[in-house]
Amino acid sequence: MGVRIQEAPFDAQAEADALREGDFDVGAVVTFTGTVRDVNDGDAVGTLTLEHYPGMTEKALEAIVDEARERFDVRRILVIHRVGTLAPGDPIVLVAVTGAHRGEAFDACRFVMDYLKTRAPFWKKERTPSGDRWVDARASDDEAARRWGGDSSADGP
Amino acid sequence: MRGSPDLATSVVKLVFLARLREALGTSHERFAVAGPTTVGAIRAALIERGGAWSAELANGRAVRVAVNHELATGTTAVAPGDEVAFLPPVTGG
Repeated sequence: MGVRIQEAPFDAQAEADALREGDFDVGAVVTFTGTVRDVNDGDAVGTLTLEHYPGMTEKALEAIVDEARERFDVRRILVIHRVGTLAPGDPIVLVAVTGAHRGEAFDACRFVMDYLKTRAPFWKKERTPSGDRWVDARASDDEAARRWGGDSSADGP
Repeated sequence: MRGSPDLATSVVKLVFLARLREALGTSHERFAVAGPTTVGAIRAALIERGGAWSAELANGRAVRVAVNHELATGTTAVAPGDEVAFLPPVTGG
């Protein structure tokens, strides 16, 4: 349960097992693992460096988890997000949800990822053959968050 | 952040993250305020500096602002001692 920001890799199966452990009301464990791709917008990606805004990141992720727990009938939610330099194939983010039934657990997992994409203060910088570049935000991520209704992101002034 | 009394009573800490930090050439600064103000007023004062400041923070640019780690809008109140962060669109996950 909870949120973690770390440089170290994670073991998705071990985390899911620990989340379910001792809770016999659980009939469904849903995990999502996001990984680094080796190509983005047509260019080869060597490494990816993730930075965040310490202090706000934890708060933002906790708020997303709280909102998911209000919206969906689930038992436990865990979010792990890595920071630092990662290579293609490396896991970046884990969302694990336990619940009595699969429907709510699937929905809660997707909701947390969709909101994390638009609300949690992480930024990716890619190393490509033509130099380093900050990754641009995608309109499709905003649309995915809006699917859940309400205000997907606080707009700037 | 509130290391000395005068800092807490007359200064706001500004934080610039990721692409904005690089474009503006600074990660943070102590910004003097006369008293309670707003996010919009601080942003307007930074835009007045011209150059990269006006280019990066101009109204219409996709910049979000957080006050004390909570997403804010232009009308959000800012008091001396607060931390105001300027964030490019997020790209985690």
